[in-house]
Amino acid sequence: MELLEPFARLLDDAVSPATIRALEQGASWEPAWAAIAQSGFCDALVPEAHGGAGLVFGEIEALVRALGARAVPLPVAETMLARALLGEAGMAAPEGPIVLAATLAQPVCGALVASHALIDTGDRLVLAALRDMAPAPIGVHHALSARLGATPQGPELPRPAHGLRPLAAAMRALLIAGAAERLTEMAAAYAETRVQFGKPIARQQALQQMLAVMAEDMVAARLAAQLGASRGLAVPRALAAVAKLTTSAAAPRLAASAHAVHGAIGVSEDHDLQLLTRRLHEWRLADGSEGYWAGVLGAMRLGDPDGTVDWVRRSIFA
Amino acid sequence: MFDTLTLAELPDADEDLRAVVRDVVARHVAGLPLDRRARSWQGFDAGFSRALGRAGLLGLTLPRAYGGHGRGPFARFVVVEELLSAGAPVAAHWIADRQSAPLIHAFGTEAQRQQYIPRICRGELLFCIGMSEPGSGSDLASVRTRADRTDTGWVVNGQKIWTTNAMHSDYMIALVRTSGSAADRHAGLSQLIINLKAQGVSVRPIVDLTGDAHFAEVFFDNVALGPDALVGAEGEGWKQVGAELAFERSGPERIYSSVVLLDAWVRHVQGVRRSDCAALIGRLTAELATLRAMSIACTARLAAGESPVVEASIVKDRGTGFEQELPVVIGDDLAAHPDEPVSAELYRTLMYVTHIAPSFSLRGGTREILRGIIARGMGLR
Repeated sequence: MELLEPFARLLDDAVSPATIRALEQGASWEPAWAAIAQSGFCDALVPEAHGGAGLVFGEIEALVRALGARAVPLPVAETMLARALLGEAGMAAPEGPIVLAATLAQPVCGALVASHALIDTGDRLVLAALRDMAPAPIGVHHALSARLGATPQGPELPRPAHGLRPLAAAMRALLIAGAAERLTEMAAAYAETRVQFGKPIARQQALQQMLAVMAEDMVAARLAAQLGASRGLAVPRALAAVAKLTTSAAAPRLAASAHAVHGAIGVSEDHDLQLLTRRLHEWRLADGSEGYWAGVLGAMRLGDPDGTVDWVRRSIFA
Repeated sequence: MFDTLTLAELPDADEDLRAVVRDVVARHVAGLPLDRRARSWQGFDAGFSRALGRAGLLGLTLPRAYGGHGRGPFARFVVVEELLSAGAPVAAHWIADRQSAPLIHAFGTEAQRQQYIPRICRGELLFCIGMSEPGSGSDLASVRTRADRTDTGWVVNGQKIWTTNAMHSDYMIALVRTSGSAADRHAGLSQLIINLKAQGVSVRPIVDLTGDAHFAEVFFDNVALGPDALVGAEGEGWKQVGAELAFERSGPERIYSSVVLLDAWVRHVQGVRRSDCAALIGRLTAELATLRAMSIACTARLAAGESPVVEASIVKDRGTGFEQELPVVIGDDLAAHPDEPVSAELYRTLMYVTHIAPSFSLRGGTREILRGIIARGMGLR
């Protein structure tokens, strides 16, 4: 909590909706990044022996959700994780923002607003400078993702058994959970102010039921994402699966309900809702959707003779 | 929003209870057929409940002075999780242990605590809850059953319906009107402990669509009760029921009702060496894990001394949705392989859960009522 408040203030100052719009229109990431880098938060997970705060993943999960709640497109959480991995390996980290690329087959989130990428090639983890990776915009309106074209060159880190994807997915789940919280708050607040048929639409039972389901999805997303971050940076695949599959499955429902409540104004560029929902859909597809992780988790479950509750306790809560 | 629902862990000391439960389960439950175990917390076996009492597994959250075990809601979560995942027949003691004893402990007199709680903790005294009436379902404040003061206590007239296990129970804790009329809504309601063996009480079981008779109609015809029948304060019944429903709605029974079927289906799929449903199994497993985290988070609010009414509604609504989805998708999977043999036991279990599943989101508060409670918690009404 004592971390969250200054971090939230920092984000509100450095990455306001106006800044996000400017970044999406091609402004340099460097001024916003300078404030974030100077705050020291990027070294939250770096071991103390290497000059960081030595926190564990679970202790910063609320910070990642705060990033999601503000639809921050800069790879702040990614940089925290990358710097931690570099620190653990005793390697120096670059100054700028670092994106995580568990694959180069699909767009890499935030690659237009970063200096480096930690890339999983399938057999190696490579820290590559993005200027050497031929980042190409993906042609989606205001997206900050990019396709990376070149063969990764740079310093190498030890690759975990299942690569970068479980950790990236667990982080992405927290971003989605944070966005879910803000979307639910925005929808509830808007329903209170929008008057139709002589009363706020929040008084309509149909709206109340829809918003209650949003709240359920929001709470489920938070708990699943917190599970994903509960065992440190070596995220077990079963935990990554629960976190990413629960949050990714909820993401389109949450976005649809938030837009339904807001009506036409929510799809206009001037409204902040679209900053969140566009990113939410992007995060859902990044690092494996619900379908990918369902297959991973199902295969693990089918390979074990125990009952479901026992298996879940042992594999996910132990 | 709902920030207090956050990841919590079960204490190690409470985890230790699993071995004790497994020992009792191995002796009493292992031999039961699948479709009996799928009855879950509708399965009635008074002998099993007494065995749990002897093993020290009832009244976990109640003080030792009343025969309880002085432990917290986490201990109860662990025991309930073990019982439900095994499909143990827990109905006999369920209501007394889950809400009647905590209610009497919270609001009752010292004499009432001494009279009822020790025998509940031994699994000897069975309770039911008298809330619904023919004209009062979700609109509980409209109850018409009346209790009027007499020189010697109370006289009760009226009728309850859909009362789970009334025909097996010793006592009912009933929500009744003690003053005013139905138009007074929440005011004038009180809770009475009614001895179901008393003169003027008649109980008629109601058979459900599966052939089971787990609920009943209960009629009160000038039932005379002593002054000590009143539990808590006169006129405070509505508030007390609210606290009671937080116990009723927050437990893991709201996520595990269909888990015996889920396990049987997974074993079937493993047995026929089929992997085309791996993604479905993955999705269901993740949902169960998420619900478990939500339920433990809600239990943590109980452990912190709160009455998590809204939080419990969130867990129950999502949890019962999961419980109801299981027979639908499992039925589809089995019948999507029409040439694959399915055991008679699994098929019976599937159809039992399919038929009873609508009750999951009726008992203890309907889906629509729960979502209304959540909406109120969001400040929308």
